[in-house]
Amino acid sequence: MSPIGTATQPLRVAIVGAGPAGFYAAERLFKETELVIEVDMFDRLPTPYGLVRNGVAPDHQKIKSVTAVFDRVAGNPRFRFLGNIELGRDVTVDDLKEYYHEILFSTGAQTDRPLGIPGDDLAGSYPATEFVAWYNGHPDYRECEFDLSQERVAVVGVGNVAVDVARILCRTREELMKTDIADYALEALSNSQVKEVYILGRRGPAQAAFTAPEVKELGELADCDTFVLPEEAELDSLSLAAMANADRADVRKVEIIQELSHRQPSGKSKRLILRFLVSPTELIGDEHGHVRQMKLVHNELYATEAGSLRPRATDRTETLDVGMVFRSIGYRGVPLPGVPFHESWGVIPNNGGRVIDITTKEPLLGEYTAGWIKRGPTGVIGTNKPDAAETVENMLEDARAGRTLEPSHPTAEAVTSMLDERQCRPVSFDDWKRLDEFELNRGKAEGRPRVKFTRIEDMLAALRS
Amino acid sequence: MKVRNILATKKGHLITIDAEQPVRKAIAMLVDNRIGALLVMDSTGKLAGILSERDIMRTAATDEALFDRPVTDIMTREVVVGMPQDDVIAVAHTMLEKRFRHLPIMDEGQLIGIISIGDVLKIQRDAYRGEVDTLETRIIAKGEE
Repeated sequence: MSPIGTATQPLRVAIVGAGPAGFYAAERLFKETELVIEVDMFDRLPTPYGLVRNGVAPDHQKIKSVTAVFDRVAGNPRFRFLGNIELGRDVTVDDLKEYYHEILFSTGAQTDRPLGIPGDDLAGSYPATEFVAWYNGHPDYRECEFDLSQERVAVVGVGNVAVDVARILCRTREELMKTDIADYALEALSNSQVKEVYILGRRGPAQAAFTAPEVKELGELADCDTFVLPEEAELDSLSLAAMANADRADVRKVEIIQELSHRQPSGKSKRLILRFLVSPTELIGDEHGHVRQMKLVHNELYATEAGSLRPRATDRTETLDVGMVFRSIGYRGVPLPGVPFHESWGVIPNNGGRVIDITTKEPLLGEYTAGWIKRGPTGVIGTNKPDAAETVENMLEDARAGRTLEPSHPTAEAVTSMLDERQCRPVSFDDWKRLDEFELNRGKAEGRPRVKFTRIEDMLAALRS
Repeated sequence: MKVRNILATKKGHLITIDAEQPVRKAIAMLVDNRIGALLVMDSTGKLAGILSERDIMRTAATDEALFDRPVTDIMTREVVVGMPQDDVIAVAHTMLEKRFRHLPIMDEGQLIGIISIGDVLKIQRDAYRGEVDTLETRIIAKGEE
């Protein structure tokens, strides 16, 4: 066998999933100087960037500027984007093994964990991630319908997704007009009857996953008063003791929450209430099976042996009248056909990014993973960079040691022919840049950052034009 | 950031030793597996303690015959145990304050892994690197928020 990683036989890598982890992995692969590497990046959507396009809130445009970094990676002549190609539908893992020496799965975490309480499945109870994908114009979610005729809404969870959902529900039309929110979502939210939004955290202010800037932003909405109940803003003795070790950012977060607890209503038309130390125990529906109320139990904190503060139910309960519930207690990954999966954690089992057999714990030759599907949904976009770097180090170590797959057709042309034979029409990065320009131009006409295509057929039609 | 985010990227292969095995064997296992501590199991298969490099050093300082002694004689019996849902930051403080470097993780009564102070340091380092990177990207970016 001739050596792999040379100009005559480059190391051919397939990356499945064009989000941040995939791009950071490609970036790190191209920094390798000893091996010649070619990367084909697949995505089931015609558009790249994963959650940067479909997850990051439309009123946080600056966060999306990281795409400039990804575009530089895509500019490498040894990089190809193969959009609109789905694992399982168009190609299988076994297919990929015939064309690549190494395969990296970076498909992220697309769904929410259920609350696991009675009434979870009532009408009006939704996964927050569906709402996020909907307002961001994700083609799979554009047909979702949310009952925005409801006046009172509960968002369960205090992570950044929960905060995004609550903030978008409380924004005015004028505020949303300046964003790249999907057109249909802009219309629906402009006619929304939502007046009161609750964000529910099961632990206290000091343990909330959102950051100081995120909570500060909640207090600065144009037409929404934001409150915290004074008794829930106070720290219990365990949290107070833990604050001695807290980061400055966490101290600031608690200060901002406590400031919000002293706020008086200023007559704005919406209200956002941050609640702490409460857990939903049941959703109660009306005769039509639509959620009407949420039962809550009040929690207290206790310290685990290892020192973290966990919630424990007390005997205090209350009932909240709500007509809509978004659950956002954690993203989780979905299994990929032909790839091992850790059901309870929603990740691909791995050792430093090398995919391992779930029973034997032995690495599977040529299979790797990075990002949220590797470690679980945690961290900011940039956290995927060191995460992907760890995986790529192991990919390179294996490639140098000759531990790779032995594909029968290790060329870019062979992949093109295979997709052609299957009548798959991949969307290239140049195609995407054309779509991007269309979107930006449509946005310019309306004074918005961009107006997104939200149907795959519209994207493909625009590319044919 | 939770302990399960650390465990997710580790092999999850538990390296254990029987409490009655000699320290000589424990040292060989530590060296062969390039690890700093072993989980010690009793005859019923329950976690009896943890044997760390520290335990061996502490005994070796006064007892040159330690190689033939059973692990149970020199192991640490009071073991702090973590859960997958423990916060990494809280675990880091507990490990620093109580001065131990290895934390066995139990989930619903089952021993599922062990994390070291090195694992905690690595995930925190990566979290900070990621935040710095994201903040830099935002600061450099043009345009309004």
